[in-house]
Amino acid sequence: MTSIAVSTTINDDDVEFLCQPDETLLDVLRNRLGLMGAKEGCGTGDCGACSTIMDGRVVCSCLVLGAEAQGRTIETIEGLANGSELHPLQSKFIEHAALQCGICTPGFLMAAKALLDKNPDPTEEEIRYWLAGNLCRCTGYDKIVRAVQAAATEMRGESA
Amino acid sequence: MVHVTLWAGLVPLADNQKTLAVEASTIRELLRKLEELYPGLRDPIRNQVAVVVNGVIYRDDWSAELPEGAEVFLMRRLAGG
Amino acid sequence: MSFDAAYKKQAFKSVGTRPLRPDGVDKVTGRARYGADFNMPGQLVARVLRSPHAHARIKRIDTARAEAVRGVKAIITAADLPDLTNGDAALFAILDNCMARTKARYDGHAVAAVAAIDEKAAKEALGLIEVDYEVLPHVVDVDAAMQPDAPILDETVFTTGVEPAPKAPSNVANRSEFGHGDIEAGFAQADIIVERSFKTEQAHQGYIEPHACVASCNPDGTADLWVCTQGHFVYRQNCADLLGLEVSKLRVTSSEIGGGFGGKTHVWAEPVALALSRKAGRPVKLVMSREEVFRASGPTSATSIDVKIGARKDGKITAASATLRYTNGPYGDMWAELGAMTSFACYDLENVKTVGFEVLVNRPKVSAYRAPSAPMAAFAVESAIDELAQEIGMDAVELRIQNAASEGTRSSYGPVYGPIGIGPTLEAAKAHPHMSAPLGRNQGRGMACGFWFNFGGQTCTDLNINSDGTVTLAVGTVDVGGSRASLSLIAAEELGIDYQDIKAVIADTATLGYNDMTDGSRGTFSSSMATISAARNAIEVMRKRAALTWDIPLEDVQWKDGHAHAAGTKYGNLAPLSVKDIAAKSGNTGGPIAGHSELVADGAGVSFATHICDVEVDPETGSTRVVRYTVIQDAGKAVHPSYVEGQYQGGAAQGIGWALNEEYVYGDDGRLQNPGFLDYRIPVCSDLPMIDTQILEIPNPNHPYGVRGVGETSIVPPLAAIANAVSNAVGVRMAHIPMSPPRILSALNRKTGS
Repeated sequence: MTSIAVSTTINDDDVEFLCQPDETLLDVLRNRLGLMGAKEGCGTGDCGACSTIMDGRVVCSCLVLGAEAQGRTIETIEGLANGSELHPLQSKFIEHAALQCGICTPGFLMAAKALLDKNPDPTEEEIRYWLAGNLCRCTGYDKIVRAVQAAATEMRGESA
Repeated sequence: MVHVTLWAGLVPLADNQKTLAVEASTIRELLRKLEELYPGLRDPIRNQVAVVVNGVIYRDDWSAELPEGAEVFLMRRLAGG
Repeated sequence: MSFDAAYKKQAFKSVGTRPLRPDGVDKVTGRARYGADFNMPGQLVARVLRSPHAHARIKRIDTARAEAVRGVKAIITAADLPDLTNGDAALFAILDNCMARTKARYDGHAVAAVAAIDEKAAKEALGLIEVDYEVLPHVVDVDAAMQPDAPILDETVFTTGVEPAPKAPSNVANRSEFGHGDIEAGFAQADIIVERSFKTEQAHQGYIEPHACVASCNPDGTADLWVCTQGHFVYRQNCADLLGLEVSKLRVTSSEIGGGFGGKTHVWAEPVALALSRKAGRPVKLVMSREEVFRASGPTSATSIDVKIGARKDGKITAASATLRYTNGPYGDMWAELGAMTSFACYDLENVKTVGFEVLVNRPKVSAYRAPSAPMAAFAVESAIDELAQEIGMDAVELRIQNAASEGTRSSYGPVYGPIGIGPTLEAAKAHPHMSAPLGRNQGRGMACGFWFNFGGQTCTDLNINSDGTVTLAVGTVDVGGSRASLSLIAAEELGIDYQDIKAVIADTATLGYNDMTDGSRGTFSSSMATISAARNAIEVMRKRAALTWDIPLEDVQWKDGHAHAAGTKYGNLAPLSVKDIAAKSGNTGGPIAGHSELVADGAGVSFATHICDVEVDPETGSTRVVRYTVIQDAGKAVHPSYVEGQYQGGAAQGIGWALNEEYVYGDDGRLQNPGFLDYRIPVCSDLPMIDTQILEIPNPNHPYGVRGVGETSIVPPLAAIANAVSNAVGVRMAHIPMSPPRILSALNRKTGS
């Protein structure tokens, strides 16, 4: 098979890579670009551990082909913090103990970011349904939901 | 003197006695004496035993002391998650 | 001097606070490295060929065509993993499970493996390996496997634990029995007897991170293994034993672990990766797919349990018995025995008897899952207790309080209890506002209790005082859920310094002595004990250094609040020396300062919990929603309460999934039908409510701070709590887990007679 040359934008950087036609965006990120923050929990779009944001939408990067990244804008966990300043979601996840093993955390953070970008004041129910595509086996989701609520409050400029 | 109760699988290896009275001051001494009295107990004791002394489970600390009259249970070494 | 682990009451400064976890930033930025996030130069990709048959004799394996594929560097079969187990049945089961020898014993059983330069070549080679199978009759159901005409999995297995010893092979590997008193006499005294049979289906631990490792065998006989595991020292021993390596020459580094819950307590594919590396002469990376994780790792037992409980009208239980049949997969183990031990552990019973049967079936080898075997036994027993309360007309909590075990009770598994927390969790449940909150239409409430043993075990830590007075704490128990934060709090408490000045790391197998794995709820319990001991040893060194600095006798130096103090009035002008002061001078007072500890942390102390649950059942679809959930559990002492709550909530959520949805579904062909998260449905965020927690602190007498293990007990009550809630909501006793919509609908239909 012949490789495909792809030009794309990842975390605001111009990136070019070669990939096979059947190679997923997740494999490209992890194996070709060294961006290992996205995790493979299932490879079938069921667990959300590989969630990234493509053109403003949350996608399972295991269900997107690398070649589909051509001309798109992709956000991954590695670009969530602003330099050494954590995104409020990142800070609140740590403060609220919203992670135990942490394997699902990058996916949750990216999915939650996409939610708050769209809906800065979600209800608990909206948070729960938005995050229903991301599996966590450790926490029972309680502290994740609270962390997202706290981050939303902070991002709206309100005091908790 | 301590009173030792065996788990059911060990009873046939100890002349069909479910409980035994043994003179021992530590778990190590107890296990050694049990092995001497009933050689059939040797393999289970060496491979898969936990010792309960007055309700506290010991899986490794064979130096634990046995208070006089202690109630001792031999249990199989358990698995955990 | 040996370490005194006895509990001493004290006021805490650090322990009990909720600081940020030290590995938090790595985990929210994607920098934390898990099993699959590590690579080595020249590494090959491994793939495993798995049996499509539930039960088949392997007559021949031909790898010639596969070896010819360009890019393939090594192919192994069982012949490359010769049996070095020397009669150790448990180790042989692990070996045979890693790579089938004479027979494939379940759908998904590994039969060969390939290492190639890339995935494409590896997959192509897998397709070209020719395996000649003689398909044999199979059995996957626990009750069917016990029938006299069932296909026999292993002709060498004769039921142990029965007299006289049987003469014919059987799928029942062992019979175990526990109890005391005379149950027949006890039942004769009963006014009411509840007798019922229950079934639970097989669940998987469902960790989000598949098993992953990178193995590198070197020509000089040394080897390295990077792996996600709950116990890298145990993996080292397993791998060294199975491959004939010297323990010291195999260095195992535990990656961050993406969940284990018991499923990463023994090796699955790591010896395969090492054997491939040894054969290919290059590092090998092996990552399981999710399908492989479901088909070939983990699961817990499927069970069939009969319970009989008798009581007087006043609520006193007079006798209780249970027969428990647990699937073991193809290898005999002690899963039913654990169920038989834990079934009635919450209660003070005069007459009790439990019998466990270990049943071999053509399913994956069962491994531990969080308080292994206890949730199913609790489901059966706590359901029966609930039914008993209804028959007597007594409040379900009150009935349990009246029969609860307490200090001095002879447990159903034999020993007499010390101070325990079942009574207090029940009293807390009784007083909890959840118990009296109004219920809506189609809603029901249930509650249940749970027990787990908790372990300690072999543990060691190194605590290094650096020259700036900060502290590096190296521990050997893998951090599965925040223990580096808890252990840093412990070190800070004992040394009297700030939490921020401690950096806790998980040491690899070459840099610290042996540690048992993180299982049995032992991580924080055991390593905190070793950390306290190491800190006290470091303090002794620092006292000596202060004495040298001041040139006064050692006995005149006291340690208080993180400082060395010169005792008495004669040294009135000497300002106390902080850890930082002493560390700064260490080069001139004898060199580096450290405290070490190697100990056996026994006396973990048994653990109890009570859960309360409200559900709403949709009578049209049979679908159930958990609308409110409360966990009450004894922690001894909660070191970092946020992560204790996290354990309570996580265990409850896993139990909820098991109770309502999760189940291995096998076809008539013995193949697993749902090896993926789409069809094996674990709870998602929108399935659950907030999970309320109440931490009780009844100090463990065998830990200096009173700490108990907290990880496992929280999964024990949910199956029963939810079953009781559903049963109360629909008016039919639910006796089969999971209570999926079809099972609830059929129960509703039976009730209405339609």
